[in-house]
Amino acid sequence: MELDFGPAVRDFRDEVRDWLADHLVGEFAEHRGVGGPTDGAAWEVRLAWDRELSAGGWLGVGWPEEYGGRGLGLLEEIVFEYEYARVNAPYRATVNALDLLGPMLLKMGSEAQKKRFLPPILAVEELWGQGFSEPGAGSDLASVRTRAERDGDEWVVSGQKVWTSFGIHADWVYVLTRTDPQSARHKGLSMLLVPTDQPGVEIRPIRNLAGQDEFAEIFLSDARTGADMVVGEVGQGWRTAMATLGIERGTTLLPQQLTFEREAEALIDLARERGALDDPMLRRRIVDAWISVRIMRTTNLRTIAELTAGRTAGAQATTAKLYASTRHQQLGRLATELAGPAGQIVGEDYALDRRQRSFLLALAETIYGGSSEIQRNIIGEQVLGLPKEPRP
Amino acid sequence: MDLTFSEEQDELRKVVRSFLAKHSDEAAVRRLAADPQGHDPVVWRRMAGELGLQGLAVPEEYGGSGFGYVDLGIVFEEAGRALLGGPYFATVALAAEALLRCADEQARHELLPGIASGETVATLALTEDVGRWDEQGIGLTAVRDETGAWQLTGVKTYVPDGHLADLLLVAARTPSGISLLAVETARTPGLTRTPLPTLDQTRKQARIEFRDTPARLLGPEGTAWPALARTLATAAVLLSAEQVGGAAAALDAAVEYAKIREQYGRPIGSFQGIKHKCADMLMDIESARSAAYGGLWALDAGDETEIAIAAALAQAFCSEAFTKVAADNIQVHGGIGFTWEHPAHLYLKRAKSSEVLLGTPSYHRELLAARLGI
Repeated sequence: MELDFGPAVRDFRDEVRDWLADHLVGEFAEHRGVGGPTDGAAWEVRLAWDRELSAGGWLGVGWPEEYGGRGLGLLEEIVFEYEYARVNAPYRATVNALDLLGPMLLKMGSEAQKKRFLPPILAVEELWGQGFSEPGAGSDLASVRTRAERDGDEWVVSGQKVWTSFGIHADWVYVLTRTDPQSARHKGLSMLLVPTDQPGVEIRPIRNLAGQDEFAEIFLSDARTGADMVVGEVGQGWRTAMATLGIERGTTLLPQQLTFEREAEALIDLARERGALDDPMLRRRIVDAWISVRIMRTTNLRTIAELTAGRTAGAQATTAKLYASTRHQQLGRLATELAGPAGQIVGEDYALDRRQRSFLLALAETIYGGSSEIQRNIIGEQVLGLPKEPRP
Repeated sequence: MDLTFSEEQDELRKVVRSFLAKHSDEAAVRRLAADPQGHDPVVWRRMAGELGLQGLAVPEEYGGSGFGYVDLGIVFEEAGRALLGGPYFATVALAAEALLRCADEQARHELLPGIASGETVATLALTEDVGRWDEQGIGLTAVRDETGAWQLTGVKTYVPDGHLADLLLVAARTPSGISLLAVETARTPGLTRTPLPTLDQTRKQARIEFRDTPARLLGPEGTAWPALARTLATAAVLLSAEQVGGAAAALDAAVEYAKIREQYGRPIGSFQGIKHKCADMLMDIESARSAAYGGLWALDAGDETEIAIAAALAQAFCSEAFTKVAADNIQVHGGIGFTWEHPAHLYLKRAKSSEVLLGTPSYHRELLAARLGI
């Protein structure tokens, strides 16, 4: 589908298209469609691709120029992401720093932090891991126990973080810590930037259900970082974390939905090949799968249209994740069913094909970034205004 | 890319909502539901005279205001929210559209201004005893008499507001195919109209018998099906907008109740069982809204392939979403929601009747599959 973003960005769109046509070649082109927020496959190639993008000036399209960005607007970001997804370019390995840490620093970081950290992110010189979750604090981030104490000019950090995507590659981690030991819940937390290249930091890979070392657990034992490495104010880490998680980027929706559309098309091709379209029960589910990806697209367009018009995104922006993640899982289940017994056979060393990988990895989508249950709580309480569940 | 509402459209929504809050409140809905005619001519005239709602999307050359389908969709969404009774859907979504699509410029000039001004209540008589919305479902015949004038013989049924329409647009079979004919009920002999008692009392239907009934052929004989199919696609999208509005009202009611109704010492909306149900209702509604708005955008863009796809998708999805949300609203209300006195059942019944009004969700899935080449 062709999206018309108007004459204002047509030249920009052509520039993006030309650049992608010239650079997404060779080894990079072979890795089209590879990756995803939970997929650590082909890491080195993807990292090289990120550097290629960086050299072309395509990382941080909307970030200010003084920090290495392009200083363009939301519409250009959306156009870039759309064209990027249209050619099925590899999923960016540095997406964590680009989509979460970067915007967080831009919003809450000190000038020194912005100058120090943003340019290396865009240059793909330093890789970052996120340290929010803990073994005892997954959906309930306010129960974070990792503690940090002030020691002269430094913070001393101890605790354990988990589910850090691509954490084994991280040069730095941004961690939510408890800086006031007397505090409870979301009070007394601080957001710290911690280098991993020190004796107090140990990173161990965790193998996911697809057999990949996608995420990691991070053990912090008297790890040290500078006193100036707090993002936002000391004791205000909860606000910093929420501001990060609350950064709604219409830009990330389109690539994901285009991936789903491709999977739906592949599913229809597969169904046709296997004669499944003649089965009324399967046919119904196939049509429903097509309907759901089309609805995702329209929902995303509604949000993007509102954001680019300077309006507040409507309620659909809050239900989009719940819808997309649950429907994507249905798509994966149906595709696996249509593939039949042959779809159950994997390659050497548990090598999965695209369909198998998508089926398994989609299971994370109703967990990460706020599980579906948490999403429903948020929708119920913050959008519909229902009373909170009493907490003991 | 203009896929968001303008300030003028926000204003239109506000005006229509406040008008309907006054003129289609629960008491009015119940009064019309209990009334065999189901029509309030005073409100109808004010809708036309004060707000221009009947002619909103009718081009100016035919006496309307020439707004787009997104604008009209806003009105239908609000009409659905308020469970507006009376012949608005029949007149505007079906009859006006059929006239606009038929290849008869003269008929448009003669018949549309009456619809736009609110003088004419009109409907489309398409379905028959078999209850099908496709070409094959049309069996009623039109023949020429010895003078060359057209006459209709046969039965149409499940005709929305057919009992009171001043103008019937009738889909009939002629020797060369499907044709569209117009019958003005006030001056035409050979018509028997019987109101049908309906499960959903908020939208009336009628059975109409034609016996050598004189009718006026609209456009060339035998060529009406494409125009009728397109009319049904437009009506499907507008009905979807109405369904979204109805579902949104049902959710509002559920949420309101969940905030005040206490069990086990706290509001039931604080329990995740209820909270999560309400969140899923909102997800269904917002997804349905995307389906309906996608159809409205397609109508305004005028791409016929896209209209056909978006319309079938919207009906397949919005029909089920409204019914599910309306049923969930009853569940959230518990026993009270199961009573005649509570309005929850009015929404459920409207949802169920809307689900089959233009063909079932399964039928629309098949239309969609065919249009996609699946």
